[in-house]
Amino acid sequence: MSDFQPKIVAFCCYYCAYSAADLAGSMRLQYPPNIRMVELPCSGKTDIRVVLEAFENGADGVYVAGCLEGDCHFLKGNIMAKRRIKQAKKLLDEIGIGGDRLEMFNLSGSMGPRFAEVAEEMTEQIRKLGPSPLNPAYKEKKETASKEEAQ
Amino acid sequence: MIVAEGKPIAEVAKLIEDANKVLVVGCGGCVTVCLAGGEKEVGILASALRMLRKKEDKPLETVEITISRQCDPEYMEQLEKYITDDIDAVVSMACGVGVQFVAERFNKWVVPALDTKFAGGALEHGVWGERCGLCGECILYKTGGICPIIRCSKSILNGPCGGSQDGKCEIDTEVDCAWQLIYDRMKTLGKLDKLLEIEPIKDWSKSRDGGPRKVVKEDVMIK
Ligand code: SF4
Ligand code: SF4
Repeated sequence: MSDFQPKIVAFCCYYCAYSAADLAGSMRLQYPPNIRMVELPCSGKTDIRVVLEAFENGADGVYVAGCLEGDCHFLKGNIMAKRRIKQAKKLLDEIGIGGDRLEMFNLSGSMGPRFAEVAEEMTEQIRKLGPSPLNPAYKEKKETASKEEAQ
Repeated sequence: MIVAEGKPIAEVAKLIEDANKVLVVGCGGCVTVCLAGGEKEVGILASALRMLRKKEDKPLETVEITISRQCDPEYMEQLEKYITDDIDAVVSMACGVGVQFVAERFNKWVVPALDTKFAGGALEHGVWGERCGLCGECILYKTGGICPIIRCSKSILNGPCGGSQDGKCEIDTEVDCAWQLIYDRMKTLGKLDKLLEIEPIKDWSKSRDGGPRKVVKEDVMIK
């Protein structure tokens, strides 16, 4: 499944990850094109409904990137995001999508290279997990696997 | 408020496994405040159920609506237009009262999405504690505002029992002994002598022992 190109949605806090992405761009750093970024005013704006919506609409992976702990511009937004992500992971496990398709990362606005690294790490992680059960590619993969088994 | 908690998603999914289209109804009352069955939770449950079913190749259609209160016929009218013929089941995210009101009103298969826990309040954001056992005849004025019916594990009226240890109840070292709390409180208030009065046997017929209860307030009745 090495040719699998996952669709990943990254919810990025304006004050850190979003600026870090900008910086990564100015530094001409390469990161996988699988990431679709959505700007958040703070990672504390993370709403489980929106995370689920991403999965429902075909994302293979989702991550929220907020400021380093202790550095949130709104004091505790990233801590709240962390708790919500933990809860959403549990829910994704419960419905069989898999909690490890969702992660939370912390970085600062000056960490351009780390932004690229996170995108890399997440893409790798989702590649290993394969397409989401809601992705049509998942079924194809399953069918090919059972055909191969039959042969 | 009535405090409730969501049932596991798989359990709710099982209750509606034969349905193709469901109406998920939230309640804007207590369960919105205790973050179990308000508009947001309706969105989360509906989305989770749809994904679970899509994964099983049995797509589920959902309609979401949250009304002000499910325990009031007045608001129930707002539901009428959503209860269409193609709705196979209604998932109520209210407490047990709301679920029953919806079931009584509409000729549909209605299932609860929550487990109704108790009458209580918020101890801190995200934590709720039980406070009242709905006994039908409040005696808080005798106990310094601490309810022995529900906060004492044995509902003792002349406590404490012999199991009270270092201020904790014998059922669990994490649980405060209600009678220790009552004693401390009465002491602070300078009313310890009140505790010397023997509390007679409680009239439980005013509670659940008397069967389902009803409150009638004639002066506000319209019919
Ligand atoms: S004494 Fe009865 S009514 Fe009063 S708080 Fe306790 S259970 Fe509720
Ligand atoms: S230890 Fe206290 S709270 Fe527990 S049962 Fe005895 S009197 Fe009630």
